[in-house]
Amino acid sequence: MGGTSSIPRWADIVLLPLLNLILAFLISGLVVLMIGENPLMAYYAIFYGAFGSGDGLGYTLYYATNFVFTGLAVAIAAHAGLFNIGAEGQAYVAGLGAILVALALDQTSVFLVVPLAILGAAAFGGMWAAIPGWLQAKRGSHIVITTIMFNFIASAAMIYVLNRFLKPAGSNGLESRVLDQTAWMPQLRLFMPGFGFSPVNLSIVLALLLLVGFYILVWHTKFGFALRTMGKNPLASRYAGMSNVKLIVITMAISGGLAGMMAINQVLGLNHRLVENFVAGAGFVGIAVALMGRNHPVGIALAALLFGVLYQGGSEMQFVMPNVNKEVVSVVQALVILFTGAMEGLFRPSLERLFAGWGGSGKAEAIARTTAGSES
Amino acid sequence: MQRPSGAAAANPPAIELKGINKHFGPVHANRDIDLVVERGTVHGIVGENGAGKSTLMSILYGFYTADSGDILVNGLVQKITDSRHALGLGIGMVHQHFMLVDNFTVLENVILGAEGRFRIAPALHKARAALKALAAEYKLDVDPDAIIEEISVGQQQRVEILKALYRGADILILDEPTGVLTPEEADDLFRVLRTLREQGKTVILITHKLREIMAITDNVSVMRQGAMVRTLKTADTSPGELAELMVGRRVLLQVEKQPSLPGKPMLEVKKLTVNDDRKVARVKDISLTVRAGEIVGIAGVAGNGQSELLECIAGMRDPVSGEIRLAGDKISLRGDDGGRKARLAGLAHVPEDRQRMGLVTSFEAWENSILGYEYTEQFGRGPFLDIKAARAHAEERIKTFDVRPPNPRLKTANFSGGNQQKIVLARELGQDPDVLIVGQPTRGVDIGAIEFIHKQIIAMRDAGKAILLVSVELDEIRSLSDRILVMFDGRIVGEADPAKATENELGLMMAGIAATGGETR
Amino acid sequence: MNFSILSRLSAGAALGLLMTGTALADPGLIYDLGGKFDKSFNEAAYNGAERWKAATGGNYLDFEITDGAQREQALRRMVSQGANPIVVMSFNWGSVLPVLADEYPDVKFVVIDSVVEKPNVRSVVFDEHTGSFLVGALAALKSETGKYGFVGGMDVPLIHKFYCGYAQGVKAVRADAEVYENYTGTTPDAWNNPTVAGELAKAAYDRGAEVVFAAAGGSGLGVIQAAQDNNKFAIGVDSNQNHIAPGFVLTSMEKRVDVAVETAFTDGPDLETGLQVLGLAENGVGYSVDDNNRSLLTDEMIAQVEDYKAKIIAGEITVHNYETDSQCPL
Repeated sequence: MGGTSSIPRWADIVLLPLLNLILAFLISGLVVLMIGENPLMAYYAIFYGAFGSGDGLGYTLYYATNFVFTGLAVAIAAHAGLFNIGAEGQAYVAGLGAILVALALDQTSVFLVVPLAILGAAAFGGMWAAIPGWLQAKRGSHIVITTIMFNFIASAAMIYVLNRFLKPAGSNGLESRVLDQTAWMPQLRLFMPGFGFSPVNLSIVLALLLLVGFYILVWHTKFGFALRTMGKNPLASRYAGMSNVKLIVITMAISGGLAGMMAINQVLGLNHRLVENFVAGAGFVGIAVALMGRNHPVGIALAALLFGVLYQGGSEMQFVMPNVNKEVVSVVQALVILFTGAMEGLFRPSLERLFAGWGGSGKAEAIARTTAGSES
Repeated sequence: MQRPSGAAAANPPAIELKGINKHFGPVHANRDIDLVVERGTVHGIVGENGAGKSTLMSILYGFYTADSGDILVNGLVQKITDSRHALGLGIGMVHQHFMLVDNFTVLENVILGAEGRFRIAPALHKARAALKALAAEYKLDVDPDAIIEEISVGQQQRVEILKALYRGADILILDEPTGVLTPEEADDLFRVLRTLREQGKTVILITHKLREIMAITDNVSVMRQGAMVRTLKTADTSPGELAELMVGRRVLLQVEKQPSLPGKPMLEVKKLTVNDDRKVARVKDISLTVRAGEIVGIAGVAGNGQSELLECIAGMRDPVSGEIRLAGDKISLRGDDGGRKARLAGLAHVPEDRQRMGLVTSFEAWENSILGYEYTEQFGRGPFLDIKAARAHAEERIKTFDVRPPNPRLKTANFSGGNQQKIVLARELGQDPDVLIVGQPTRGVDIGAIEFIHKQIIAMRDAGKAILLVSVELDEIRSLSDRILVMFDGRIVGEADPAKATENELGLMMAGIAATGGETR
Repeated sequence: MNFSILSRLSAGAALGLLMTGTALADPGLIYDLGGKFDKSFNEAAYNGAERWKAATGGNYLDFEITDGAQREQALRRMVSQGANPIVVMSFNWGSVLPVLADEYPDVKFVVIDSVVEKPNVRSVVFDEHTGSFLVGALAALKSETGKYGFVGGMDVPLIHKFYCGYAQGVKAVRADAEVYENYTGTTPDAWNNPTVAGELAKAAYDRGAEVVFAAAGGSGLGVIQAAQDNNKFAIGVDSNQNHIAPGFVLTSMEKRVDVAVETAFTDGPDLETGLQVLGLAENGVGYSVDDNNRSLLTDEMIAQVEDYKAKIIAGEITVHNYETDSQCPL
């Protein structure tokens, strides 16, 4: 009886996330009220901060770019039935791939450095994800556990590499040397001054391309078909003779590669050097983005934008409201993640009841179809 | 006939439904249903999938509320709002899919939801005694301390029945109870049901297996397209009549076919040994041959290695030893892409469990109609999937196999069991394979579709294909097969001619008691 | 309660003004990752700013960054709000500040703990090695075990500088002394890990040390806690931490970040730029003596340390600065 498809698709995709979002903002408003600020002003600050100026918009898009990459990474794995919690570590390791290429070639040409750095990041991130994939496929080590563990390993290994090899001698900061300008991902403000000083860069074009590519890969290729088959029913993919081992490893490699693009935005686009912990949670936000975006590119783009707004608007809120400090901003962001990600099904039962009451519900359609199916 | 509804009559029926209507949006799932279930009887309700049986029972059990109509329990009008309420009225339900906690003991499952207050020990103690009494009264022996996942499916079903009885059920609804049982377990269940009847309980049995209706029920009601067609005394009817009432037209229960004309050996299995996932040998040194133009049926009680044999031949399970030859050539189907290797070699596979294996139920029908063949150039050049071509292919397949509704964009889960099976069959037969491996082709399929599926399999045979058939339905094996091999404990213990062997002979072989000269041993 | 909520809501009508309004020439302060209330480096800056506020009645802007990516954004935001001068904390600004200083030549920046050579930047660095020398000497005067502990925060050259000065101070008093050198980590987390710092301190106490110097930002609280638990002594850092556990904090190596911030705020938009080294002579570094620790110290000890201080200021004693050559000759 307890089917999952008993509300219309539009309600599942639009209404449900929207309700969750509204609830998250209402509760956030209470938090803001409790610390003695005006919630309406907080909402306004977030909105204004995110869209009110070219700079703000640029920052919003810049953050959204990160989340598109990590969101796609989580989503592709989800289509294959794999819960990749390791986008954080994969993006981090991908940063190493990007910086090694960029450090080696930053005296040459941007047309050489950027594509190769993208490949480097994809290769490192992909490799970092493929290992847990392989362990899952061959050894049955649960991918949730291994990808979490790999986040820790990535963090420790990257600190080691930064400390031992990349940090210039005598420097106090845990970061590599600054790249020559040739290796910088061109920022949009170079062509569009309206973006002010914001770091939004050509990586956003890469993000848009990958959104389209994701759609084609998942729904218009044979690989995507196999991927979705395994995701929905691994026994069916085995029955069909799609190699689950290969599928898992390749999917995870793609997932890690997508997460790795986040390093391009960050390392080549913003910092122009490898900084300790540059991922700063974007990998985890990717999980919420994929969940909220229902693993669909359009949804992911919108969810990424939402989180871009929260990040940029959140720091704006911190600027204009004296009682709002970074902890309060974190609470607001966490509430949105909680309600849209972890508790995304909160309103589902009531919506189901509502639609069942209205009549034209999915459950009824299902019965209509089966009834029609056996009429003879 | 007017029955007093306010006060109890002298001997009111256990259940009486009057004019029940239920709409789901535009669908009229139950139309003006009247039903009388007499106390102390086993009452069968038959109908094809989607006929409205489950909806009706869900209304009775409080899952749904009827749009109109009255429910009388023991002569009193009741508004049943939820299943707790139904239980309070003495109505218990055993679902098709058990609602048990796998890692709990039998006892713990029985008191689940009736634990009482904070401390659980008194409830357990009380339940143990009650369980003992119930088990003795209804001959429902189950070890109260056994863990659910360690007991057989038949035993699990007993636990479900005990659960309902423990909660004081007087009226027991069983939804397709034999779908998951072996023939022996089904016989056990029927013994239990008879005992329940003798003790004055009322049983409502939902099924689409006419044999069961004939074997156990006192009365039978037939539903079709949401309406109650007729209620009959079982003794006064026949399977043929019931089938006709269910489908709305005459149905051939016996398959018509010509004698086979076997050609050269197409599928040869030699000394094959196969392990299950726990590395226990389930197929032991089996050899068999299937020739072009013949159907070889493998009879046996479920769990004697048939599944592993099928899976191995279809490339889904690596053999421990032995070889498989297709049209005389030795083939290797090892590796986790064995399914594709098998298809490339011209071997099609209709799996035993279509929902678990043969289909992705959340996919649209067209996607399932290319599953396993999606890599071919037919469905797109290089890495790309030609969705148009795939949908056109699906449309053609759906038409040929009369899948209803004929909509390739419909989610597969929304097709009935029979139509889902047709989608699988249409796909596997559609690639013109040389060898067809078929497992349980009509499990959970309604009568109209069974007839169609059987005809298709015979047609394949007549087109010169070699067919290996596994089924736990002995009737099916006997009517379709040209030769019958009997499997017991991983070995082929006998071979029989379907025209000559009696059910009794086969039954003895299936039980591992008598053996005639099989291909091995 | 209800009324106050309503009044807050209605205040929203005026919010547009607040968004666009620029605070002219109020000073600005950007804390580093540890956060405003780290009881150490950042909090010292906060205290300095608050002192300035109390003294002048002026207003200032401040901001806590949550990740490195926000540095540039926060700094630009400060500039666009008209803050001048802007004080930024920590050595992590080495790569962001030079670029922005060029872009905004009319704004004055002050960077604490880092040197940025731009015409509109004041770089404030401290002679941590001399201050550390004094507390090292005091530790050696107080404890006669010949064993002394040091728990640093993030393992970076700046903290090695603390260690090196401390060890030199210890050895000036007891040439044969041993100093146990430990760091809580290699990442910025090392500033906020009192648990590890406490364990490291306890290890030093177990090995016979009676005094442990914590140059570890927020992690230092773990060292002070360990001192209290083991009935030994800790030496605080940056702010005067003597009051945190009176009787267990021998002294604190004060690095007057608060003074640097307060001075910068007081100097205002016309502040003098260039390198400012705050040492013993400027009271930029030093050791703290107050009611909380006075009873732990004898007059002789203080006299001895004051003597060292005078000699260092006079140039009679040279304390080696680790950061000049990444060496610590002992």
